[in-house]
Amino acid sequence: MSNYQPKNITEYLDLLKTALKGADASMVRDALYDAEEYLRSELAVNPNLSEVELLESVANSYGSPEEVAEIYRDTEVTVQKALHTPIKPALKARKEANNVPSSTPVRGFFRVALDPKTYGALFYMLLSVATGIFYFTWAVTGLSMSAGLLVLIIGIPFFILFMASVYAISLVEGRLVETLLGVRMPRRPLYQDTASSWIDRIKALLTDSRTWLSLMYMVLMLPLGIIYFTISLTLLILSAGFIAAPVIWWMAQMGWISFYGQLHMGTGSMDPAVASPILFVTGILLLFSSLHLIRAIGQWHGRFAKHVLVEASSD
Amino acid sequence: MSYVDFQVKKLQKELSAGTVSLMLLAQLAKATEPLYGYQIAKQLEQAGEGALASKQSALYPVLRNLDAAGLLQSEVEPSVAGPPRRYYQITPFGREVFSAWQVVWLQTRNLVDTVLEGAPL
Repeated sequence: MSNYQPKNITEYLDLLKTALKGADASMVRDALYDAEEYLRSELAVNPNLSEVELLESVANSYGSPEEVAEIYRDTEVTVQKALHTPIKPALKARKEANNVPSSTPVRGFFRVALDPKTYGALFYMLLSVATGIFYFTWAVTGLSMSAGLLVLIIGIPFFILFMASVYAISLVEGRLVETLLGVRMPRRPLYQDTASSWIDRIKALLTDSRTWLSLMYMVLMLPLGIIYFTISLTLLILSAGFIAAPVIWWMAQMGWISFYGQLHMGTGSMDPAVASPILFVTGILLLFSSLHLIRAIGQWHGRFAKHVLVEASSD
Repeated sequence: MSYVDFQVKKLQKELSAGTVSLMLLAQLAKATEPLYGYQIAKQLEQAGEGALASKQSALYPVLRNLDAAGLLQSEVEPSVAGPPRRYYQITPFGREVFSAWQVVWLQTRNLVDTVLEGAPL
């Protein structure tokens, strides 16, 4: 524990940030916000105290930056435990009740269909084509209008407003990623020193690499969105086709339905009666493999989004 | 820090893990208007006359957890003093949980008191 006494609120917050180095970026943001709310309120209540005196008294009531960092780290662990324990005992109890052996690779392979993350990722991938188009249009329109208007006096405020909107959209995208992909993202806007003037804040916005990376992310979301949408839809439709074709063929053979048109299964010489079960099984395997791929892409994208939108310069 | 101090801190930490949630819920059940973190912390500090074992920073994560669990609801409002403040209010579900927790607390307190006083059980 260092004995260095912070001289003002900004220094206190810097120390807290240093003490939380390496912790989850979203947690760091929450911790900084909470501390600033407390310190500024305390300052507003005791206007005759200097910041140095105030921070000395705060070390006892709110805690020193190191203590606060420790408290937040502890709580994060407790929260993680609280979030995960209720599920495991319930699963275990159910397994014991059914007297089934615990997870085998085969069960693991099919269990992907029961994982909510799979469907979150699937929905995100289907949605990403829409959000991707919107982000791309917004970013490109904003940038080109800013460039065009820069020669006029209105260009600069327009550009600043546009960059602020990029930042706001990155927060919205963060909520989307957290809800659908389950990666923790910040709940609050980026910490900014409220004592600074609005010019400093604009400077901070424009010099923060996260703002620019968010802009890049928005542009990149168009190709990514198209790829995600195409991959997920193609794989699912292909699996559905593989599974449905043999069923329809057999139903037509049995005379239950009349099927007009041609259904080719197997290669040239292979009898459809032999080919259809193979195709059916292939379809099922393809479906579950696709779900695995979709879940994996979702998790990868969550990490990517977090890295670009949150962590890039949170040193 | 002596070893006794260490053990004292340890017990304080373990006790406060549950009691802080209970106290925060009680505080908000009594409140007539939404409160923000600093107000709640100060009220608890005054009530306990410095007996609040844990640092006040520990209250904020607990508030956020109670909020996430649906026992509290919150909204953010801008403030002149600093960053926007999050105002907390107890929900009907929170009140229900609070009255159940009170029963647990009374039972626990009575049991601990009885055992500590050495009265025959």
